[in-house]
Amino acid sequence: MITLTRPQRFIDDEGKRLDGRKPDEARPIKMQVGVLSNADGSALVEYGLTRVLAAVYGPKESQKSMLLPDRATLRVRYHMAPFSTEERKNPAPTRREVELSKVLRESLEPVVMTEYFPRTSIDVFIEVLQSDGGTRTVGATAASLALADAGIPMRALVAGVAIGKVDNVLIVDLNEVEDMYGDADMPVVAAPDIGQITLYQLNGVLSKEEFRNAIDMALKVITKIVDMEKETLRNSYVEVSEE
Amino acid sequence: MSTTPYKTQIIPKIKRDVYLNLYKKGQRADERDFYSPRKISIQTNVLEKANGSALVKLGNTQVMAGIKIEPGEPFEDMPDEGVLQVHAELVPLASPQFEPGPPDENAIELARVIDRSLRDPKAIDLKSLVIRPGDKVWMLWLDLYILDYDGNLFDASMLAAMAALSTAKMPEYEELETGEVKLTNKVSNIPIKLNKRIVTVTTAKIENYILVDPNLDEEIISDTRSVFSFDENGNIVGVQKTGMGSISQEELDNIVNISSQAAQVYFKLLNDALVSDKKEEGGK
Repeated sequence: MITLTRPQRFIDDEGKRLDGRKPDEARPIKMQVGVLSNADGSALVEYGLTRVLAAVYGPKESQKSMLLPDRATLRVRYHMAPFSTEERKNPAPTRREVELSKVLRESLEPVVMTEYFPRTSIDVFIEVLQSDGGTRTVGATAASLALADAGIPMRALVAGVAIGKVDNVLIVDLNEVEDMYGDADMPVVAAPDIGQITLYQLNGVLSKEEFRNAIDMALKVITKIVDMEKETLRNSYVEVSEE
Repeated sequence: MSTTPYKTQIIPKIKRDVYLNLYKKGQRADERDFYSPRKISIQTNVLEKANGSALVKLGNTQVMAGIKIEPGEPFEDMPDEGVLQVHAELVPLASPQFEPGPPDENAIELARVIDRSLRDPKAIDLKSLVIRPGDKVWMLWLDLYILDYDGNLFDASMLAAMAALSTAKMPEYEELETGEVKLTNKVSNIPIKLNKRIVTVTTAKIENYILVDPNLDEEIISDTRSVFSFDENGNIVGVQKTGMGSISQEELDNIVNISSQAAQVYFKLLNDALVSDKKEEGGK
């Protein structure tokens, strides 16, 4: 168990954050694809202690009620495991999870080439196994990898990162303490290869200048994370061919 | 589970082409320029039984905000703060798209965006809503009732929320010997303590055009929408991208500027409406 308390300061005299990171430094990131046998595509992604599993099923025949004649229906569920939080979370979906499922779906719609699969549905399940801040952005990264692993054509890969503000400094990739007690939390998901931002939200207060800088910081990190995604996918195919 | 909308109203492709041709000439179908909101009317104190209420018309979109204030228990981790609850109902009478039933993802998103934009900048002084610290506080219920849907629920809802909050009155109460807080069913003359006013500006991106306050047709043909909330000092106090598409960094930069300009228009209309409301009260 890790208990959280409000720190006196978030950044020390040497400009280091509570966990020793620099303001523009993301947590250590780990990625793995093809981690589930039943799913058509899957991925496990960690940013520090935040750990998210994503699985993709489809394209498969769509339920009649939600069938679209000219494209696939994308269905996304963001869900937190009961043991992922400090206190056990009731597994029933909360209003927060309903909203995050929506914004995450809308962050994937622009890159999934749904027009190739009319009358089908593509399901993306995002399960937060452990939450330490930034779960929706880690979820976006995991979903991107799982979709690619399922072989679903995409215009580009997406990745996410959250920008925050503590002690009047903009910081990259908030952990839970920085999110809970900081002054702002701005999750961003983007597809740098096509120059598009697909999710942005702000929870907190920023000046216009800070908002611009925050977007800039997010895009720099996201570009690196997408490069890692490509490397991960490439390596998974190398392994397959060696088998 | 969030699903690609499959019940969206369909707009003929030819209509989209007509609209885009107008945009090329710098015009909109309802003869507005790109950065002006529709005609706005703000009425306050439209209901007698609510502690505060407002009816906002933004073009043909109508949103009613009702505020009820009741005694309740504080959250354990915030013993010295009142409780703010924001809910939105997309009432079926407002649109053929709205179905009866519990709030769907659109209603939840709307309520949560308004909630965050009020909560994060501390627009309402929740510390003033305490009866007995750690024991009894005021629960402030802000319910947004969508009565007629012609696009842009975010901006209309925030105007209605601010108008209702600014004119609401605290209930009168007595503390019984048992410690129970009993409402006398009279309203006091004490307003809710607000720290600042907030407005929300929605822009639609349609190809490379950015339009403030999209109506329903413009919403349907838009690629994506950006929702920005501002305080009176021009700080951004909440952001939400909503809708299917995506935008570039340059477009987002542009949207920040356009939205912060439009926020000034909303602030002026809101402040004027609330001043004239006070005058009327004084004249009674």
